[in-house]
Formats: sequence, C-alpha cells, structure tokens
Amino acid sequence: MKTENITDTSKRKFLGGAALTAGIVIAPGVLLQTVQAKPDDQPVTNKVRWGMLIDTNKCADDCTDCVTACNTENGLTGFERPETDSQWIRKVTLKDKQTGHVKTLPVMCQHCETAPCADVCPTGASFKREDGIVLVDKHICIGCRYCMMACPYKARSFVHEDLTDQKDHAPRGKGTVESCTMCVHKVDKGESPACVTACNKEHKAMYFGDLNDANSDISKRLKQYGGKQIRADLGLNPGVRYQGV
Amino acid sequence: MVSWFQKNLQNVMLAVTALLLATSVNVNAEVAAPVVPKGKGEQCVEPTAEMRKNHMDMLKHQRDETVHNGVRTKKHALKECIACHVQPDDKGQVARFGEDEHFCSSCHNYAGVNVDCFQCHADRPQELIGKGHKIKPHHTADFKDKTINKDALQALTKVSK
Amino acid sequence: MKLIRFASIDGNSNGYWALMALFAAFIMAALGSSYFMEHNGHWVTGMNNQIVWGLPHVFAVFLIVAASGALNVASIASVFNKKAYKPLARLSALLAIALLMGGLVVLVLDLGRPDRLIIAATIYNFKSIFAWNMILYSGFIGIVGVYLWTMMDQTVAKYNRVAGISAFIWRLMLTTGTGSIFGFLVARQGYDAAIMAPMFVIMSFAFGLAFFLLVLFAAYNGTKRELGDAIVLRLRKLLGVFVAAILYFVAVFHLTNLYATEHHGVEAFILRDGGIFTQLFWAQVVIGGLIPLALIFAPQLKNCRKSLALASVLVILGGLLQMYVIIIGGQAYPLQLFPGMEVSSSFFDGVVNSYTPSLAELMLGLGGVAITLIVVTLAVKALDLLPVSMADAVADPHHKD
Repeated sequence: MKTENITDTSKRKFLGGAALTAGIVIAPGVLLQTVQAKPDDQPVTNKVRWGMLIDTNKCADDCTDCVTACNTENGLTGFERPETDSQWIRKVTLKDKQTGHVKTLPVMCQHCETAPCADVCPTGASFKREDGIVLVDKHICIGCRYCMMACPYKARSFVHEDLTDQKDHAPRGKGTVESCTMCVHKVDKGESPACVTACNKEHKAMYFGDLNDANSDISKRLKQYGGKQIRADLGLNPGVRYQGV
Repeated sequence: MVSWFQKNLQNVMLAVTALLLATSVNVNAEVAAPVVPKGKGEQCVEPTAEMRKNHMDMLKHQRDETVHNGVRTKKHALKECIACHVQPDDKGQVARFGEDEHFCSSCHNYAGVNVDCFQCHADRPQELIGKGHKIKPHHTADFKDKTINKDALQALTKVSK
Repeated sequence: MKLIRFASIDGNSNGYWALMALFAAFIMAALGSSYFMEHNGHWVTGMNNQIVWGLPHVFAVFLIVAASGALNVASIASVFNKKAYKPLARLSALLAIALLMGGLVVLVLDLGRPDRLIIAATIYNFKSIFAWNMILYSGFIGIVGVYLWTMMDQTVAKYNRVAGISAFIWRLMLTTGTGSIFGFLVARQGYDAAIMAPMFVIMSFAFGLAFFLLVLFAAYNGTKRELGDAIVLRLRKLLGVFVAAILYFVAVFHLTNLYATEHHGVEAFILRDGGIFTQLFWAQVVIGGLIPLALIFAPQLKNCRKSLALASVLVILGGLLQMYVIIIGGQAYPLQLFPGMEVSSSFFDGVVNSYTPSLAELMLGLGGVAITLIVVTLAVKALDLLPVSMADAVADPHHKD
C-alpha cells in the first residue's frame, strides 16, 4: 500500500512537471495562476502547502471584487443583519495614525500552520488539512464558538439562522462555525480560489499557489519581494502573506 | 430515618415505567409502505439491498474522506445521490426534504429516523434550486416524536405559495 | 464536641413547596428560552459574530467556578483535618455537585448544536483545554459524588480521606482549567495571562463560600434548626480573606498589564474609557469587594448574620459582574490585527463591539441557578445531609461549657 502511494505521487509530480514546462512555453502569464490537480481518489498530502500572497499596493481602495466573488461562490447570501451575517472575507481599511497614509486589503482565514482555532476546538471539528488548508468539519462542530474566541484574525462566523438552498460544494448550516475554505472544492480540482480568480480579472493583487514548491510563482515572489504575516508576533506561520503593509 | 425519596421510590419507578410504556406504544400501525421516488439513472452505484442497509455508513465514510482528506470520488457522495434521486415530478415540482415525495424523507419519515444532513446540504440538485415549489425552511425537530401520522406531516410540509 | 446527628428535612411545609414551584418555573422558562434560541438560531439573542459568548456564559462560568469553591468546607474538614467544619461537609459536597450541574446545563443549552452533545462527550481533541474541561467537569461530579458517599456510609468511611484529597486536587485542576479557557487565548488583549488560572481559583473560593453561606442560612432558618455562632464566625472570616484575595489578584492583573505599553489600550478600556464595562468593573470592586469586606470585618457586626448574608449576596453579585467584565468586556475590546493603525471594515474591525443581552439569555442563565437550588432543595429532603443541630455545644470542637 505504501509503495503504491509513493509511485503514484512521483508519477503525478512527473506529469505535473511536464504540464508546467509545456505551459510556460505556450502562455506563461496564464499558467502561473493555475495549480496542479490532484486525482479525485487520492488524499491530500503535506508535500504541498497552499497559500496566498496579497500585494496591497495593487489592491484598489474601492474594489470589493474578491468579497463579491466569495459570497457568490459559497452562497453567502445573508439576512441583512450585519452583526450576525457570515463574512468569510472582508476589505479592511488601514490608516497610519502617524502619517495618515490609507490603504485597503482583504482579510480572511489566514490558514495558520499552528492554527489556534484547531488547538482549542474540543471535538477536533476545526482542523488543518495535510495541505495546510484550515477547515471546519461541520458534521462534528457543536457550535461552542471557542474557535471564534481564539482566532486572532476575526476570520470566523457563526451561522445564526436557518439556511436553505446552499451551494452543493459549500454546505453550511445553523449552529455551526464557518470560515474561508480557500475554496477547497476548487483547489482539489486544480483551480484557484474564487477571490483570487476575481482579483486577477483587473487588479491582479492576489496570488495563489504552493508555498512548499520553491519554483511556484507565489514562492518566487515571496522570496524576491518578501511577504509579511499579520500578527507575526504570535508565531502562527499563516499561509496568507501580505506585501506593502 | 427513612427519607421522602426512599419512601416514594416505588411510586417514582412506577411512574417512570408507565411514561416509557406510554411513549413506546404510540405507533400508528395503519400507515402504508412508503412510495420511494425513482432515480434518474438506470442503476444505483450499489445493489438496492446493500444501499437500503448500509447507505448511512457509506455516506459517513465518504464524508470523512472528503472533508478531511480531500478525496472527491463521486461513487458514494451525497451530492450524487441527490443529483440522481431528487427529480421534478410530472408538473415540474421538486420535493423538499421533509415531504413524503422527497427521496430521502419518503423512507425517513416512514421509519421515523431523524437525519440532519439537509440542515447544511442542499436537498435537491443545484440546477433545480429556484424551480418548483418553495416551502418554509424545514425543521427536523418537528419529526422528533416518532409517530407516523400523515396528516401531521402534510401540515408540517404544507406548501406556502 | 458531641456526636453529630444528621437527618433529612421534612419538606412538607407550604414554604418548601412554594420554593420548589418557584425554581421549577424558572427552569421551565430556561428550557423555553433555550428552545427559542435554538429554533430560531442565535440571531435572536444579543450575541453575534463579535460577541460570541454572552450572558449564558457569564452564568455558566460563574456557577462552574462557584461549584469548586462550594467544596471549601468539605476540603477544610477532610484535607486539613479541621473538625469544626466536618458537620457541614456533606452539604458542601452536595452544593458543589449541584452548582456544577446548573452551570453545565446552561453551557450545553447555549451550544449551536446541543443535539450533538454526544459528539462532545465521545470525540476529544486533547490539545483543547475545553475538551479537558469536559473531563474535569464530569470527573468532578463523579469524584465528589464518591466523596459524599464516603461521608454518609460508615462501611466506606475509611476511604473518606483519600476521596477528600482526590476531590481537593481535582477541584483545583478544574478551576485552573476554567481560568485557562481565557488564559490560553493568546490573540485577545483582554485575556492571554497566566494569572487567570490562579485568579479563577481564588474567585471560586469566594463565590462558592458565599453561595454556601446563603444556602446554609436558608436551610437552618427554614427548618428552625439551631446554627451556632462559632461556625458562622469561622466562615465569616474565611469569606473575608477570600474576598480580599480576589481584590489582590485583580490589582496584580491590571498593574502588570499597565506596565506594558502594549496593553495600555485594553487597560484604558476596562479601567477608564469602556463605558458600561468600566462602570461594571468599578461596581464589582466596590459592591463585590469593598462593601462585603466592611460588612464582614466591622467589629460592630461581628455576630450579625444579616450583614454576613448581605455580604454573601454582594459577593455573588460582584462575581457575576466580574465574569461579565472578563467574558464580555474582553470580547468587546477590538482585536488588534494591525498595531499602530486605525482600522475599519464591514466586519466591525477596530470598533468596540456592542452587546445587549436578550431576555432569553437572562432566563437561561437564571435557569442554571434554579437547577442548582432545586437539586439542593430535593437533596436535603431525600438524603441525611444536614446536622440536626449546629449549636455550638454540639458542633464546635472548641466549645467550653
């Protein structure tokens, strides 16, 4: 069983490598945003770590395309009650108290390597997938909301009322906690998260990719230009990094 | 010194037993077997007998594999069950979970087994959302008393126009 | 000290049944409130995505903390071998169990999915202090239950000391665990402090003893049994020490925070600028600390039971206020994602979060108190928990005729 898995992975790597080479020749700009698809029947592994890079210098003040895309993709319709409606991604406006400089950036689940939400969850419903994506298993979430207390990024929402007609790729329901899934259903198909795709239509401020792969676009950019963590002091090693803050 | 509780222990036990009996015999024997809607496809992914007996285990296994390991095979996925088994009727109406005409609740109502899948999952194929009739959000709590009373069920799932 | 005789109370008076009816009414209201919250979803409460823990948690944590403290009297008797406390050890242990039950019911009924309690009881993430607490809470009921048994059954009396010491260690772990629920929250300015754990231990001593005193007075007044001055005076002094210790811990907690510039924002919020939270904080210091201290230690009031009862009521009120400031005030103060920046967003970043408790939450919380009291009221009738006489001549080991 174990040998089989190893062969499989190496085959995938080989195929992925071939595709990447071919892609760079044909259309480098486009391919840089795509990621390698995982066979449906294979579990995710820690060989990859999905992450995002947000270049806040390119993030337009009045643009909320990433938020709209997230809401559409995941069916976050809301009840026009801002205090209790779910928000998986939000635009935060920062103003430097000293200089008065203003900028905006999107904040969502930062997909920490050592996620406080997963640490505090009594049932293990909050967990980190092998590939670094932090999720809530709503089947075993009891709705205690301790993860919301523990999250340093205010990234989580509690479903405060009955929902119907959810998206079939994003099940969500009353009494459980939820947050950005990094569009895990798309990632597993080899696509980018909805917010990244939407951002790339115009401003191109968001990048998605494998942080473990030194040759991925996101890793190269991070190596060359650096990328800050929000609340780096907590040592959580989030998978979402920011430039220009 | 014999306390009040000790003195009345026998009565308390009697009362509890009577209560248990009263709730357990409350079964209406006159209900006909459920009519299970036919699926879209030719053949289910497993033999019917196997599905009837073990569908919950398959769904649960698949659910854990998908959520935690990202395994996205279709064979035992709830989404695929719904895509095949929940279809519009002759008038183009799609049943909702809770109604006898819905594939899952046809049996679950009959057996009085409460499931909470559809508090989070869509109860019909994505392309059929917005079509057919709409009912009020269903509350599975309403099925907690285990009687099989058609009138009560119909009242619960009444169509609001 | 003579042989202590225990007896259950008759519990047939109109007053007894009126009390039972009152508690039952509160419990029904709490169950109704819980159904209302769960049926509609939590949007009908004052809680939201910013204040995720509300009034039910204030009551639940208070009751759980008080449960540990209610065991004081039994612990002093068994662990420290103080004979004077022995006659009241049974009531102490029973009250501890009852308080924990009340607190747990509130906690569970506020869950988003209380129907999944079985999951919480069967799947554990051992890195979660919350999961540990579930074990600590259920273990507490079990251990104190056995402890109570060793007090009441002569055939197992030889295990009394072992059970007493186990219960004592367990209760300290329990309050440490409960305080750590907040102490371990590294991200929030109002929490993230190791002192939370010992502070909760001290809080438990005071809240639990205050609750015990009130129950004791009610039981002995209600049954017209005799309660001597000697034991009451001991408990009075004990309560005074515990209340002073809370003030000490609160002072150290805030002084430490005030020293670090990083925490100036949250300290200013709680101590000076936080509106309702500031008012409640100082109200707690005065109502739950200074006034009870005066009532307890004023020489003129030495043997005045009314003043001690009033002090106990105030300690409990102050305790609830303190929990409110810790739990809700800690969430109201905005998370600091970008230090040094003014932040704003559609998701209430950078603003002080508001919370208005709903009636349903209040009734659920009070229901927890009612559950505690109904358990005690039933137990003193069903079991031989209370000494027939607590007169000094009978119960005080140092009594001189």
